[in-house]
Amino acid sequence: MPNVFEPRILAFFCNWCTYTAADLAGVSRMKYAPTTRVVRVMCSGRVDPQFVLSAFAKGADGVLIGGCHPGDCHYLEGNTKFLRRFRMLKRMLADLGIEPERLRLEWISASEGDRLRTVVNEMTEQIRALGPLHMPAHFKEWDTEVLVEDLSHDREEEVGERV
Amino acid sequence: MSEKPKIAFYWCASCGGCEESIVDLAEDILEVAKLVEIVLWPVAMDFKRKDIEALADGEIVATMINGAIRTSEQEEMAHLLRRKSRVLIAYGSCAHTGGIPSLANQFSRSELMKYVYHDAPSVDNPESIEPVSAYQSATLPVFRDVVRSLDQVVSVDYTLPGCAPNPALVLAAVRALLSGDLPPKGSVLAPDVSLCDACPRIGSKPTELSIEAFKRAHLHPIDPDQCLLAQGFACLGPATRSGCGERCIRANMPCTGCFGPLSSVRDQGAKALSALTSAIGADSEDEIDRALDGIPDPVGTFYRYGLAKSMLRRKVDLATTTKN
Repeated sequence: MPNVFEPRILAFFCNWCTYTAADLAGVSRMKYAPTTRVVRVMCSGRVDPQFVLSAFAKGADGVLIGGCHPGDCHYLEGNTKFLRRFRMLKRMLADLGIEPERLRLEWISASEGDRLRTVVNEMTEQIRALGPLHMPAHFKEWDTEVLVEDLSHDREEEVGERV
Repeated sequence: MSEKPKIAFYWCASCGGCEESIVDLAEDILEVAKLVEIVLWPVAMDFKRKDIEALADGEIVATMINGAIRTSEQEEMAHLLRRKSRVLIAYGSCAHTGGIPSLANQFSRSELMKYVYHDAPSVDNPESIEPVSAYQSATLPVFRDVVRSLDQVVSVDYTLPGCAPNPALVLAAVRALLSGDLPPKGSVLAPDVSLCDACPRIGSKPTELSIEAFKRAHLHPIDPDQCLLAQGFACLGPATRSGCGERCIRANMPCTGCFGPLSSVRDQGAKALSALTSAIGADSEDEIDRALDGIPDPVGTFYRYGLAKSMLRRKVDLATTTKN
């Protein structure tokens, strides 16, 4: 096997549409890149921008969010609410040096297993071309310039005693 | 004298506003001064580092450090004061979450030096001189690549948030310290509810906000009674801790987030972004984008005081200089 970089993509799929599409792709035995780790959420509107940042900070190379098509949201406008956040999050991540291809939002309905396959394959190729994001390694590298004491050490008892 | 509890104040990468907030205790400072012995306060008193080094470990009852950590000297002082103090308090936004100085985490050291010593319009530097950390026998502190909050360098027991913390909270914290009636370690010494909760304009905040376009506060007149979000201004009240006395709101300015996140929030900017943009009253991409144009600098808006403590901490693709 040649040494190809396999991106790690964290995917948030809505229960009603995209997750079902992923299920359909599975039972239809479609083959696609094994790069996504899927988290099922009840609605794309449940996806907090913190989830996306946390995924990147913990080592994801890309984050994919899948929701119902506009107008089809099980909760009426959860997907629209996420779209609004997503448009701003994209701008903010660009300012913070994260390439736009690393964050993607797609409307994929329950019957579009094939679309899911295409999206995952496409995103995998794009991120493969960009290379890893490596945030945990960046954090480590940045902190070589300082002496960071073990901050996990709990001082609670000591404080209680000493004061 | 010696039986009085010892207190220290120190400043790192800060503007001096936090020192001002201690002076803002006004007459109350006399009460505090009577009860404690101040062993270090560079802005007001003549004590040196060697005076602190001469103290036993843990001899200082409480130290309040304001400012972010940018230089090697600030880092050393943070470690020294941590060792000498029983309680270490991060004082103000910069020590708490990085503050305004941590917005510099969007730039590399060489970009900053280039701008500050060459390109800024007010600079007159014909010989193109840049600071160096060692020259002949003299040495200067090293300027780090990354701006950090205090708790990213040493462990912190309590935090007084704000730019600057308000005197009522400071006084309450000092009284709690002296009486020994302290909350659990790690607490932020301000109420754990959002600013909206305490906002005098809460009555005019609609149940369902629908923002057509974000407006910038210096370009549009602001109604002094209406909810600022309902008027379309990017007010960070929903995602910011209260306790400030709503000073900005009462001065007819939107909240910029200096009190930091609530305890349930890990990344203040992401949460503020979420709260504000979800309320846009448009559904199509184009309309949403147009509404968002009123926030031309999302990092500066949502992380104004907190880039150092954000999940990404810094613009991710910046170069780092070799270790010093």
